[in-house]
Amino acid sequence: MEDMNPINSVGIVTPQDFLFGATGEDALRLDCGKTLRDVTIRYETYGILSEKADNAILVEHALTGDAHLAGYHSETDKKPGWWDSMVGPGKPFDTNKYFIVCSNIIGGCSGSTGPRSVDPETGRRYNMNFPVLTIADMVRAQKHLMDHLGIRKWLAVAGGSMGGMLAIQWAISYPDNLRSVIAIATTSRISPQSIAFNWVGREAIMGDPGWNGGEYEEQPQRGLAIARMLAHITYLSDESMRKKFGRNLQDSKDYSFNFHKDFEIESYLDHQGTRFVERFDANSYLFITRAIDYFDIADYGDGDLTKAFSRIKAAFLVVSFSSDWLFPAYQSRELVKALLNNGLDTTYCNIESSYGHDAFLLETKSLGTLVSGFLTARHLEVVS
Amino acid sequence: MTFSDRPTHLINDELSLHRRDLQTIQNMIPDGSRILDLGCGSGRLLKVLKQTKHASVTGVERDQNKILECATRGVPVIHTDLDTSLGLFSDHSYDYVILSRTLQAVRRPDLLLEEMLRIGRCGIISFMNFGHINARIQLVFGNMPVNRNLPRPWYDTPTIHPGTISDLRNLCRTLNIRILREIPLSAEGDFLPGLAGVLPNLFASNCIFIISKGDHPEGLSV
Repeated sequence: MEDMNPINSVGIVTPQDFLFGATGEDALRLDCGKTLRDVTIRYETYGILSEKADNAILVEHALTGDAHLAGYHSETDKKPGWWDSMVGPGKPFDTNKYFIVCSNIIGGCSGSTGPRSVDPETGRRYNMNFPVLTIADMVRAQKHLMDHLGIRKWLAVAGGSMGGMLAIQWAISYPDNLRSVIAIATTSRISPQSIAFNWVGREAIMGDPGWNGGEYEEQPQRGLAIARMLAHITYLSDESMRKKFGRNLQDSKDYSFNFHKDFEIESYLDHQGTRFVERFDANSYLFITRAIDYFDIADYGDGDLTKAFSRIKAAFLVVSFSSDWLFPAYQSRELVKALLNNGLDTTYCNIESSYGHDAFLLETKSLGTLVSGFLTARHLEVVS
Repeated sequence: MTFSDRPTHLINDELSLHRRDLQTIQNMIPDGSRILDLGCGSGRLLKVLKQTKHASVTGVERDQNKILECATRGVPVIHTDLDTSLGLFSDHSYDYVILSRTLQAVRRPDLLLEEMLRIGRCGIISFMNFGHINARIQLVFGNMPVNRNLPRPWYDTPTIHPGTISDLRNLCRTLNIRILREIPLSAEGDFLPGLAGVLPNLFASNCIFIISKGDHPEGLSV
């Protein structure tokens, strides 16, 4: 916690668990037709909920994120939560003004119910018997949490990448339960290119003998690391790799003339893969990427995106990044067009950046100005 | 990094417009209109229209820093290029489409006029007049005009299509666009500003045009 700034950090936070679905009636209904019993949602909150409960913001994490959005879990914690630069007193998600909630999605592996959880029917881990989820299912689970917290209308639901998909899904699933959406580096329908990368990632995992049909004790390290390395490339850009690594060699001055890690970029990816295996679960990776593949908001409008948004009332802030080739700007523009066609209050910015998809975690200054202005305008609408 | 040094938007922001063309536009907009401002800059006009006319507003701007200023003001804005990307907006989705000092800065002003009247029922253009006497005098001496209204030299001016009031009238005629109203304006420092209304092409440094493909000014207070 050495670099913790006591002035603008939320400080020490404690994760909480919310349980629902103890009865068949309370169980989570899923798009695939099945239901999920005994669901746990791991979440964290920051700031104070106002008396009218009108200052609550839900922040959605990306594919491999978790509920630990900001602050530290203990005095000895080395790293803060994943969006600490944006969340805290005086920061764009200002905890002096707003009550911020972040929860781990179902299907995940960081506290919420997922494929490695124990199936109450069998007493054994679900593994591949876990139901195939959709983004809408994840949102439906969060609605249970919202009701539990006594919040009727989110001031905003915000997220980047897959988190942006959940934010858009909220507007579609529960149009009366939110005032605005902040959709960053995301899309309203997954492109074939993204589906292709997800497929290869899953093939790497399922092709690792250690995966064993999902019945493993130790993570299938090789497969999961390859999936992560592949995905990580899609989060960077040609320019960011050139700037950060160039053709620099890792250790020696000359080529090794073998197939070990000669280049810095190889060493970097290897490091990312290794670290990922320590914190993420292979089966979760399969289920979450599948949920992403199925995400297409146009399904709610018989293939017509404009029609899909016809029931929406929320104001939107849509942000893309110029070098993001995983969710390129045209996908945000397609979303913006559908919103404008419905006469919705829409702000769109394509932030100039060389960081690729990762820019949504790095371009804090521009993104912060947009988020701060947008949230302040929404907040003034409710307090005035 | 700190975010606390930003202006507290919607609270301390002044509600007065310094430019005369913008004041004129503000005064003519009826309450509750749907307004699209192409090249909205930092969103001052739209913010005033939102607050004083309860207009539902959208800006279009290509400069990222100005987009951030719009966001800080709480003005909804779309980051895009007027030359290529107005397809984002559907037909007749706005009452008034405003173009203030922007028409001469796009690649194809004629195509933009058509787009304006596809998206809006009425267009409101604030046009810089290169036929103004000050500009003509400079041209007589052999140089492109550089003055208070046209402050940048020819090689780095955003005004890449210098045109006169008369030129815009002719263009509208060619495109079958009706000019419903012209409001010639003079600025401080203009030569014989009192004559702006009499001989606008010679004495108005700026002129507001209200254009439409229909017959009526659609409720504008003009």
